[in-house]
Amino acid sequence: MRRTVPLVITLIVGTVLIVAEFVPHKPFGNLGDKFSMYFDIIAVFAFILGGGNLVRVHITKISRKKADWPFSAVTLAGFALVLAAGLFKIGNPGGIRGDVAVVGSLFNDLYIFIFTPLQASMFALLAFYVGSASYRAFRAKTVEATILLVAAFVILLGRTPFGLWLTGGFTGSWEFLQVPNLANWIMDVPNLAGQRAIMIGIALGVISMSLRIILGVERTYLGQDND
Amino acid sequence: MNAGKLLSYIILAIVVIAFVVSIALKGFLVTVGAFLTLFIFSFLYKDNPYYKFAEHLFVGASAAYWMSMGFWKTMVPNLFGKLYPPMVAWAVPALKNNPAQPLMLIPLVLGILLLMRLSSKAGWISRWALAFIVGTTAGLNLVRYLRSDFIQQINNTVFSLYVTNASGFDLGATISNVIIFGGVICGLIYFFFSKEHKGAFGAGARTGIIVLMITFGASFGYTVMARISLLVGRMQFLFGDWLGMIR
Repeated sequence: MRRTVPLVITLIVGTVLIVAEFVPHKPFGNLGDKFSMYFDIIAVFAFILGGGNLVRVHITKISRKKADWPFSAVTLAGFALVLAAGLFKIGNPGGIRGDVAVVGSLFNDLYIFIFTPLQASMFALLAFYVGSASYRAFRAKTVEATILLVAAFVILLGRTPFGLWLTGGFTGSWEFLQVPNLANWIMDVPNLAGQRAIMIGIALGVISMSLRIILGVERTYLGQDND
Repeated sequence: MNAGKLLSYIILAIVVIAFVVSIALKGFLVTVGAFLTLFIFSFLYKDNPYYKFAEHLFVGASAAYWMSMGFWKTMVPNLFGKLYPPMVAWAVPALKNNPAQPLMLIPLVLGILLLMRLSSKAGWISRWALAFIVGTTAGLNLVRYLRSDFIQQINNTVFSLYVTNASGFDLGATISNVIIFGGVICGLIYFFFSKEHKGAFGAGARTGIIVLMITFGASFGYTVMARISLLVGRMQFLFGDWLGMIR
């Protein structure tokens, strides 16, 4: 029951979806769309599971007064505030019938003035660390590292007005040497070739892994027996 | 009281005073957004309580945000609105006359099974829902990747290596096509580990590395640009919306 039933479910669902792709008639016709919708709904339950787990972990941390426990209270307060604003549509101009994220609702305000600044600042913070990490990692010690560095530099320079200002003197038949043109060429030719090779490689990996999962060869997603 | 603790209290007092003054001048929501931005950037100095505050708030707020969006955008219209429309007609009147679809019990039951993960005794039953998710992903991805990332990419790579235009032979386009075709082949050779990278095969693999390095460099450049544009956006918010120095 604990391991066989999940394996059978995976086998049936996976096989049916593959067959549905090749037999676009009843009863397989729109199974792909239906299962995708089921998937989305179960994913929302996974969000609820994640939220429940988050609350459990932080309540435990607060009750046991573990290190930095006051910040767990911040997490729970932020969670409760945004959840209440979203689920009950507090301050929504259209009331409970209005769109959850409509402009003017508390939920939208929290999104714009709490969620967006936090998310954007977190990612913006990475600009500094990517810069310093790349300085350490890509010091042109090998030919490969030099190629990577030059390509990155051309792309960076080519996407700024400074790049055009610097090489704007190349005109006529030398126009291709302008940094924005070089950046475009790198993106459209060697980058495209590399992306395609990677995509084909990933596709082969996904196809083989999907087959392993459907046939029950790959079982790690089931976890340990004592789970 | 030691000097470090005294300094942290002084900083806290300054932050609180600045927060109150900012609320009075610029309003509550803009002030909150600005201070949270500064709290995150304070990590550039070192890990500190202000950063931890913002970080923990982000975790809680984002979990609740996605839960709320999932509930109203997916669960209400696609689950309850199809399973038994009158149940959600008070919130979404447009769904009122939809026909009931008993088959929607399947995702409801699987979703509830997934929540059993929170129970220590019945947690194993959540594997059934997980198996459905994994099976769906595997089944859909197998065909999707086969079609769009495998066959389609090969199809796009098989093109003319001798390009002509209205005025005759097009050297630039020919060179580009040769580089794309050769680059894909060499990149794939590099990923092929069942044969030792020696001789002509090894030369192909080494060329593949060069192509891949250019690709990684381009991706890296784009990532840095994206992060810097986010930073510029934050600076515009701080110096424009908050401090009013940019108009």
